[in-house]
Amino acid sequence: MIEVSALSLSVSVQGRRVEAVSGVSLTLKEGRVLGLVGESGCGKSLTAQAMLRLGEYQGVERTAGDIRLDGISLFDMDDEAMRRIRGSRLAMVFQEPMTALNPVFTIGSQLIEVIRLHLKLDKRQAKERATTLLQAVGMQQAEQLLSQYPDALSGGMRQRVLIAMAMAADPDYIIADEPTTALDVSVQKRIIALLLNLQKQRNLGLLLVTHDFGLVAEMCDDVAVMYAGQVVEAGSVHEIFDHPAHPYTRALMSCRPGLSADSGELTVIAGQVPQPGRWPSGCRFAERCPLADAACEQPVAADAWRQQTHVARCVHAGEVVR
Amino acid sequence: MSVLAIQHLHKSFSSGSMFAVSGEKKKAVSDVSFELAAGETLAIVGESGSGKSTVARMAMGLLPADSGRIFWDGEDITHLSQHALRSRRHHIQMVFQDPFASLNPRMKIGESVGEGLRIHFSHLSASQRRERVAETLSLCGLDASGMDRYPHQFSGGQRQRIGIARALIVEPRVLVLDEPVSALDVSVQAQILNLLNRLQQDKGLSYLFISHDLSVVRHIADRLAVMFAGRVVETGTSEAVFSHCRHPYTRALLDARPIDHPSQRQNIHLPAGADEGVAATGCPFQPRCPFSQPDCAAFDGALNQAGFACLHPCQPA
Repeated sequence: MIEVSALSLSVSVQGRRVEAVSGVSLTLKEGRVLGLVGESGCGKSLTAQAMLRLGEYQGVERTAGDIRLDGISLFDMDDEAMRRIRGSRLAMVFQEPMTALNPVFTIGSQLIEVIRLHLKLDKRQAKERATTLLQAVGMQQAEQLLSQYPDALSGGMRQRVLIAMAMAADPDYIIADEPTTALDVSVQKRIIALLLNLQKQRNLGLLLVTHDFGLVAEMCDDVAVMYAGQVVEAGSVHEIFDHPAHPYTRALMSCRPGLSADSGELTVIAGQVPQPGRWPSGCRFAERCPLADAACEQPVAADAWRQQTHVARCVHAGEVVR
Repeated sequence: MSVLAIQHLHKSFSSGSMFAVSGEKKKAVSDVSFELAAGETLAIVGESGSGKSTVARMAMGLLPADSGRIFWDGEDITHLSQHALRSRRHHIQMVFQDPFASLNPRMKIGESVGEGLRIHFSHLSASQRRERVAETLSLCGLDASGMDRYPHQFSGGQRQRIGIARALIVEPRVLVLDEPVSALDVSVQAQILNLLNRLQQDKGLSYLFISHDLSVVRHIADRLAVMFAGRVVETGTSEAVFSHCRHPYTRALLDARPIDHPSQRQNIHLPAGADEGVAATGCPFQPRCPFSQPDCAAFDGALNQAGFACLHPCQPA
């Protein structure tokens, strides 16, 4: 189990430290798919990267909170221990299959490098494992593929290679940051199917970072919605889709162009997301919210509204939930 | 009369590396024809590499076609000189996908948006131009005070509004919109789609809307042309294509749409056929097509009267 508890992260903006993630708590369990949803700049990718302690290399600092893997804090681990965990316990699949592979090395050498980093295998065994992995992600002629360079592969094939790479050392958790965004729709569906199949077969805990509610509907068991650095609503996928409780979640869902033939006005959310550093002390969505009143000027707890496993950071949620 | 028409456009590019000497050509667009009526939205849908952006660039007169003809407002512009094209470009304007890359970071918004006026409305004085810029910006939902600011001071959605203002200021009849909302967040995307709808109603604009996002297309388009491997494989009204498409590729695209609600989840079955790949002869969709038959290898790929290019179409439901 990975527990993110009250995690706050700051980034550097023009020489100033600015809080970008505030008090985020999440639980990723083995065998479950958790969707972390939000618009750009909400802090979802920073949160996901923190689970591998990757942000530190880009000037992201933890200012509060903790991340525990099976009860042990990641922040108590030294670099060597962290390096062992990345890949073997939890691995990452990035958004851009075009840039996440090194263009000057063959697929085989990149895959074998990861395998030998984590598993005590000789070259021949590692090569065998690489071939098996590529077959497991649905690549035909896996052996020939090993000697090819990334530029010979399409986007969908590269994403498969990256998934194979993430699976190289049999991790328990996968963090996938917008894994299908850069792909064509027809390829997207296949990558989704592949990820879900692997997740089920190996009982993986999968964290899916996305802006796309369609992908959440398709893949997730649990959902956390982020807005302006906070989780504003969390619950099971059915709770969130059937009874969205936070006004932001409701607005975000209704401004998707529906698949029905309706060319009327789409719902929009008035105003703009407040920038990090300019967050109000009360509810961060208040200035765009139709329900906002004086009560929203005070800080709102993550579970200000609660029903079973479903929580929302909103004092008015009770008035809108059906 | 159509405001934009293209007939039998073909375009090939040299393939291989820049050092290759072989004269091998890759067909990017084969025999594409369509018309766009006043006030209408035609969406061109297809995956990357399907040739949709190449068609758009040829329709704009930005890229010469190998063969075929292009008409703006009934006038054949296919072989016009750059100079002659320039004087007609106010008829058709383009909005690009990436609002971050398509604005010059060193130019103030007012200058970027007003640039077209210097060419197409050169009789206007500087103060008249400023006035026009202010009007157009507010038409696009932006504060006129933004004129003296630089692109980096605006959000993605605001920049896309600026891109639309820049296209509109020369009073075009046609806007070519190349994935205009795909780089934007959903909430911002809704704002831009509403803006485009309103502008179309107010000004009777025609849109050639290039997109891979079928939800967006269904929302905005009157008609669709589905492209695959450089060809239009199916065309029809948005209603007809979404309710009973005939080409297996269109079917595959529709099936791949994200679902609305977890209750629509099915055991994802992977369609027969390969992920990717295009046949060199016959119907290009063969390697991926679940209904492919031997005779598909000899199919010429032409659209039939009913608006699809397939020998073994899906049965209308």
